[in-house]
Amino acid sequence: MLADAAAPLKETPLTRHHRALGARMVAFAGYSMPLQYAAGIVAEHQWTRAHAGLFDVSHMGPSFLVLVDRPGDDEADHAEVAAIVEALTPSDIRGLTPGRMRYTVLLNDDGGILDDLLVARPADPASSGALYIVVNAATKDSDFALIGEAAAGRAHLRRSDESALLALQGPKAADVVAAVVPAAVDLGFMSYGSFEFASTRLVISRSGYTGEDGFELLVPHDRADALWRRLLDDERVRPAGLGARDTLRLEAGLPLYGHDLDATVSPVEAGLAFTVSRRRRETADFPGAHRILAELSGEPARVRVGLLVDGAPAREGTVIMDDGGAPIGTVTSGGFSPTLGRPVAMGYVPPRLSATGTMLKVSVRDRVQPATVTALPFVPHRYFRKQVS
Amino acid sequence: MTTRYTRDHEWIRLEGDTAVVGISQYAQEQLGDIVYVELPAVGKKLDKGAEAAVVESVKAASEVYAPVAGEVVEINQALADEPATVNQSPEGAGWFVKLKVANRADLDALMDADAYGKFLETI
Repeated sequence: MLADAAAPLKETPLTRHHRALGARMVAFAGYSMPLQYAAGIVAEHQWTRAHAGLFDVSHMGPSFLVLVDRPGDDEADHAEVAAIVEALTPSDIRGLTPGRMRYTVLLNDDGGILDDLLVARPADPASSGALYIVVNAATKDSDFALIGEAAAGRAHLRRSDESALLALQGPKAADVVAAVVPAAVDLGFMSYGSFEFASTRLVISRSGYTGEDGFELLVPHDRADALWRRLLDDERVRPAGLGARDTLRLEAGLPLYGHDLDATVSPVEAGLAFTVSRRRRETADFPGAHRILAELSGEPARVRVGLLVDGAPAREGTVIMDDGGAPIGTVTSGGFSPTLGRPVAMGYVPPRLSATGTMLKVSVRDRVQPATVTALPFVPHRYFRKQVS
Repeated sequence: MTTRYTRDHEWIRLEGDTAVVGISQYAQEQLGDIVYVELPAVGKKLDKGAEAAVVESVKAASEVYAPVAGEVVEINQALADEPATVNQSPEGAGWFVKLKVANRADLDALMDADAYGKFLETI
């Protein structure tokens, strides 16, 4: 997923800020991105868990799918645009209520995952017939081509490539946002809206990739500087790079496309069966429905599990073995958990060996080490839950 | 005693009959937070350039090579519980192994601190 060596790396509207902060820049999905700042990955990770980390995720693919012809009936317009995305996913997009966001997957005809993404419906009925869609950096060109093809002229996909996407994550994120965009703190988890900041509109969702409460803010490129600086001015906020983003999402048990998910893995195998909605199970009208429904009523060939590893970290590609030493699977993400102070990993194993507490082994540099199946996430999620009064 | 350096960022320093080996300040900065160190067995004979240890940061695993040939006579057991010592004191308490050096003259072929400093400017 790294860039073609010959192609120059793309920059985000915030690249010069990263350099000024002493970031170590790396090539990622064709972009020059901050791996870490001077504090280092573990410090950035721990700061995000305790306070709030600010991530530049402008390499990702935010976009808006908008009907060409919008008669103006909110529900009818939504149903029409939702049908385009439903043709590619197993989720209930039509059932999204205004302002709500859903995690889903793009599927191929074999039920394999082409990408994972967020899809949201505008809160404002005046914007009916549109969806806010955020896809992964490395797959955005192919995803957008697929969505554009499915739209077949009925809707246009407006890419927000020139904008900046910031993620503010951590238990203090809401307090920080309250001082910058006060209305945004009323958002519930997995919802989004449009808010004013510095005479422009921000698209803000209450979502993220760390397991913490947090927000993702889409800002026009000419206001990206101002928003970045305003958020960092708060002493509870420190910048965090892709390194900490990876360790945080690993602890949160969240899969990373291209590693834990690929075109051969089904949502059932990946532990993402919740993306297959009840209505779509009945209508069975999504790509790969035959396989996915068979896996749901029977058993998939493999399932994604969490592993507590003893000894050296078991990295991606490490062979997982049963108690007798026979190879049974592969680690798809692995490393060191700063919160637990130990190596953890995710990988695929047969269902019969996937129960919590199952003793497995991993082979690291030809040395056999114990690995115990554990429930995901490794570190409990602390997403925002609205008080019901 | 003079500390010598390799182009792979190990250091080696004679202390009496043995030589202490570790990784440089530059190496620990590049690796970042070190979370695991795998050390060889005492008694293992290493050729010059052979893998002497593995150091793992949050991001990746890296090999540490023997700067000269020798036999491992002691390993820094404290790194098993406190691998971050390598970050805090790479050229002191964060040493990796002590070698009984086969040929002390081998050290003279390595860079001294000045030469290593100049080498770092080129990378």
